[in-house]
Amino acid sequence: MENVTSLLTVNNLTKKFGGVQALTGVSFTVEAGEILGLIGPNGAGKTTCFNLINGLIPPTAGSIMMAGRELLGLPPYHRAARGLARTFQNIQLFGGMTVQENILTGNHLSQKVGILQALLPLPKVRRAQAQAAGRALELLRLVGLEGKGDLPADSLAYGDQRRLEIGRALALGPQLLLLDEPAAGLNPRETEDLMVLLEELRRLGITLLVIEHDMTLVMGLCDRIVVLDHGEVIAAGPPREIRRDPRVIEAYLGKEEE
Amino acid sequence: MTAYLLHLAILAGIYIILTVSLNLIIGYAGQVSLGHAAFYGIGAYASALVALHWHFPFPLAALSAMLAAGVCGMALGLPTLRLKEDYLAIVTLGFGVIMDLVFLNLEITGGPDGLAGIPSPALFGLSFRPTGRYLIIVAVAVILVLLVTWRLVESYHGRALRAIRDHEITAQVMGINTPAYKVVIFTLAAALAGLAGSLYAHYITFINPESFGLHTSILILAMVVLGGMGSIVGSVAGAVILTALPELLREFRSYQDLVYGALLVGLLILRPEGLLGKGKLSLKFLQRES
Repeated sequence: MENVTSLLTVNNLTKKFGGVQALTGVSFTVEAGEILGLIGPNGAGKTTCFNLINGLIPPTAGSIMMAGRELLGLPPYHRAARGLARTFQNIQLFGGMTVQENILTGNHLSQKVGILQALLPLPKVRRAQAQAAGRALELLRLVGLEGKGDLPADSLAYGDQRRLEIGRALALGPQLLLLDEPAAGLNPRETEDLMVLLEELRRLGITLLVIEHDMTLVMGLCDRIVVLDHGEVIAAGPPREIRRDPRVIEAYLGKEEE
Repeated sequence: MTAYLLHLAILAGIYIILTVSLNLIIGYAGQVSLGHAAFYGIGAYASALVALHWHFPFPLAALSAMLAAGVCGMALGLPTLRLKEDYLAIVTLGFGVIMDLVFLNLEITGGPDGLAGIPSPALFGLSFRPTGRYLIIVAVAVILVLLVTWRLVESYHGRALRAIRDHEITAQVMGINTPAYKVVIFTLAAALAGLAGSLYAHYITFINPESFGLHTSILILAMVVLGGMGSIVGSVAGAVILTALPELLREFRSYQDLVYGALLVGLLILRPEGLLGKGKLSLKFLQRES
């Protein structure tokens, strides 16, 4: 399993919150180009896992390598610069901004104009602005929010807000995108549209690590699935194996009475 | 009468610079600062001292003021901007009180007597002592400051600041180096306040600690809140209105503070986002996390 070409290698990741053991020795890899599902019952430690990969909290032990380089110790904005983007379970848009500005925020790292330069009306500044605006427009089209760029972000319908958050993460130009329950709160039609979008992202070469409870999406989309329960990996493999795995069924439905 | 109006215009200009710079910290980057007058004072004293002791001409004295205030802003910002809002409020408040005591007790600042005889600016033999001419200097400074802040907040750096204000953690996840931005904006705002201090010192030609205490910090904050968080035009309006208002209320002399206070409270009830602002004053630092 130890593959040097893995895009992400999580090794023996452990996190304690005071006396609570949130994650215990979690190890898995994400291969470039695949869609990996991270599932498990509520409280299994899935979002904690994302927060650790992302650098929002430090682990108690373990290591996280991305493209062969250690991520631990780096603040979130340096991890973003390495090509790591994410969305949040409870949508976290910049409410005071328009839809387009939210996307442009994701473009932050690719704008290389210093603070002093930005103060001057240089052609370089205008070019960078025009480029960013063009790119934002492409992304709006990709996530299906064309024509809504000037609306305040918090005025969007719920499903659109989810799509906007994905668009903003994509503006980073990520290699690896972490999606925390992207289908939560979506109706079946919106979920279908989301699956189309995620397929499109796969086609564009973006690797996805997805936390999701919607089994249609997980089973239909993921190449492999890692199952967490009580902070430990209890199973990993392709969807058809996971579906039949007795430990997974037990974790979700409880043990059968003998 | 005209001279008096010119005097008010100069004061309004100085307050515009102070208000716009504080708005960068509070309204754009979403950080709390309750000690902005300290940087105003550092600028005023630095400018006065280099002019009095080393005979720096005004432009150099003003630059020294910006440098001194900026360095102090950075020195305060580097260790403290990692703090959460409530702690940052206390630290900046404390810094303001400490600087006030420093001005009051140092020998070089003249203690409670302050510094007198600060030279008026003169360029190529032309004195800018007359109020009308000094207004030109202030107007040029205000225009430059407005231009710089406007370009800044309209650039993607300004967007990064607003992202930090809206959601600091999400901003980090989007690749924004939030500690660096906070320190830079705090330093810039302090330097601009230093410029305002220099303009004040060389206009009044006499300074003492009274002008740079807590009440001045609160007044600048009131101007930001009245004009609106995150609005440059609002800051200009807030500074002008709160400079003029006490003068307009002069006839009610003994009730002046009462009316003034009532107007502010009324505005905050009817329009909490300020006259032209987009966001409300963040009072999160007053709420305990549960």
